[in-house]
Amino acid sequence: MTIFIILLLIMIVGALVATYVRDLLSAVVSLGIVGLTQSVTMLLLGAPDLAIVQLVVEILTLIILIRATISKDISARVNGPREFLVAATGIFFVLSFLLISYHGLRHVSAFGHPAMRISHDYLQQGLAQTGAANIVSAIILNYRAFDTLGEATILFAAVIGVYTVLREVGRKKSDEQK
Amino acid sequence: MNKNEGMSLIVKTITRLTVGLILLFGIYIVSRGHLSPGGGFAGGVIIALAFVNLLLAYGTRGLKKFPLMAAEIIETIGALFFILISLFGLILFGVYFYNFLGTGRPFNLMSAGIILPANIAIALKVGAGLYGIVVALVLAKSLMEKK
Repeated sequence: MTIFIILLLIMIVGALVATYVRDLLSAVVSLGIVGLTQSVTMLLLGAPDLAIVQLVVEILTLIILIRATISKDISARVNGPREFLVAATGIFFVLSFLLISYHGLRHVSAFGHPAMRISHDYLQQGLAQTGAANIVSAIILNYRAFDTLGEATILFAAVIGVYTVLREVGRKKSDEQK
Repeated sequence: MNKNEGMSLIVKTITRLTVGLILLFGIYIVSRGHLSPGGGFAGGVIIALAFVNLLLAYGTRGLKKFPLMAAEIIETIGALFFILISLFGLILFGVYFYNFLGTGRPFNLMSAGIILPANIAIALKVGAGLYGIVVALVLAKSLMEKK
């Protein structure tokens, strides 16, 4: 239980730093801390599907925020004695992330024991009724496939919206010189 | 250095070596979504990240090979494929999203009926859609910087 409180505190601190820091790049990095900590929390809570989705979406969001929106040139060149510090910090965080994920993956299968009745039925008969070994896939694409259709529609609408706002047809002629 | 020309030679070489592995991992996540953690959404985002990786390393001149129009077409194909799967059950068996392929033998790759094709459809849709968003934003930003 303490590990969740620590992770929650890390998330809150990251969000606060992202709000109050002046540099845009630092804000984006702090936001990344929030997302990655959330991914680790989901892994510890026994939801590896959600942890994977959160991790990859976080990476994509980071790329979009840095490459496509921040207009300032980003140069993160570090030399001198700080180089060792940066490398040591990176290795420390990679090792701690591996440790936490190992700890989380060991306890994944024990989760979900005290379930409600309908979840209990899903867990009991999901494999026989759908043939899918992954119960999350069985629920989101077989029992609740209509929800997935709605989610896909939301993403489709969002993509259409981005295309519409950023389209090249409506721009003025003088802007079209690439 | 001009941003549209991409990054340095080291980044380009590493990208060339690793982008196939990233793509393969995305396909693995998609195709085993009914057996192990993962699924269409996560695998689709990983596939999109492989192409975004190429875009970051080689700059916008690599867009001639993967243009925005291709992403739009693939996304539409994925969405239509998903709706087609749902309508198949409605037309043939009278139930929306009916599992018309049967359950198969569990723990096999070709099991769980419509879940595997639905995962593939969602992966096409999500991957192409998110790649299209990144490309549209990058193009808009480079246009804004030219002004």
